[in-house]
Amino acid sequence: MELLGLSLAMVGLFVGFGLLIGVLFGFFGMGGSFLVTPALLVMGYPTRVAVGSGLAFVFGTSVIATLKHRDLGQVDYKLGLLMIVGTTAGIEVGKEIVVHLESLGLAGSIISVTYVFLLGGIGAFVTYEAVNGDGGDGIDHDTAEEPADADDIPDIAKTIQSYRVPPMIDLRGGVTVSLWMILGVAFATGLLSGFLGVGGGFIRMPALFYLIGVPVPIAVGTDLFEIVFSGGLGSFLYALDGGVDLSIVVPLLAGSAFGARIGSAATSIVDEGEIKVYFGLMLLGGALAVAIREIGKIYELPILNRVSLVLILGSALLVSGAVVYSSITALREENQTASPTVE
Amino acid sequence: MIEAGSLSASVDGAILIGAVLLEAIALYGVYGVVEDVLGQRVVNRLRTT
Repeated sequence: MELLGLSLAMVGLFVGFGLLIGVLFGFFGMGGSFLVTPALLVMGYPTRVAVGSGLAFVFGTSVIATLKHRDLGQVDYKLGLLMIVGTTAGIEVGKEIVVHLESLGLAGSIISVTYVFLLGGIGAFVTYEAVNGDGGDGIDHDTAEEPADADDIPDIAKTIQSYRVPPMIDLRGGVTVSLWMILGVAFATGLLSGFLGVGGGFIRMPALFYLIGVPVPIAVGTDLFEIVFSGGLGSFLYALDGGVDLSIVVPLLAGSAFGARIGSAATSIVDEGEIKVYFGLMLLGGALAVAIREIGKIYELPILNRVSLVLILGSALLVSGAVVYSSITALREENQTASPTVE
Repeated sequence: MIEAGSLSASVDGAILIGAVLLEAIALYGVYGVVEDVLGQRVVNRLRTT
């Protein structure tokens, strides 16, 4: 029996894969493009279809996750629109750098090395912070409306917030930052996004928290809001050339819509500190996977491509499992605190 | 001057992305109803098991 031109087993596989990614997307506001596209490539889809369908899936998932975060009051539209302006300019400059490097025949190697070091660097930093930070207390995910606790704001963000170059912009979570600092951070993340050819959630979400000092839930919600626009435009451009395959996107989205609900709801239950270490490890796993894939390309070893995919999927499974497990544990602890057993 | 071919491709692309958007909104609504009906029950079950 076939559905959407795919066997039921394939449809089930896509729905399950979508569920996994949806949990990560809903919780962290990232994890779509760098998981879906490599998986589709390994499954034998042409690059154009893998990238285009991956982007369309990211677009659909970000719409769902943004709606959910909006319901939780975790989207800062003003910050999101400012970030779109700065990011768009950065992407254009990033693309120009790629074109220049291509003319020199250096684009592929430089981009791959940058990607590995950036992903690995952010992963190592986040993991280090989680392990050696402030005792692992993390940031309360319920702080969307309340002013951020000064102790929870990273030092770099405090420095950036101290540059009071007008106009100053009031953001949700009681954060006040110069417009130019926001545009500067947005431009820098857009530059990397355009240079590396990725959606940029793994760069932007930590940047919003570590550089601007926005509380984590608002950073996630606002990042997702921005992905709606970047993903929508990107998938439209690929759709013009027939690069979007609905038989891939529809089942993936059916799974991720459910997963995104779980992930978004988990942000109100789980402390970020508990999960941050897994997030860092997932990024490290992603960096290692890209490095292995590149080594496979250089030495023409297709098996390394599969190893790379297994590593990416394994990291994603581990982290989404940790989100679900931590949520259930938190719910049970909450229940035990509320009603202590009397014997 | 806009060529008919490119206009047609743009319309097809927009329809495709519109379909993804509609599916996303529909799924959000349907799963929202499911969550409203079953969500609290599932949470209570998870708390106590």
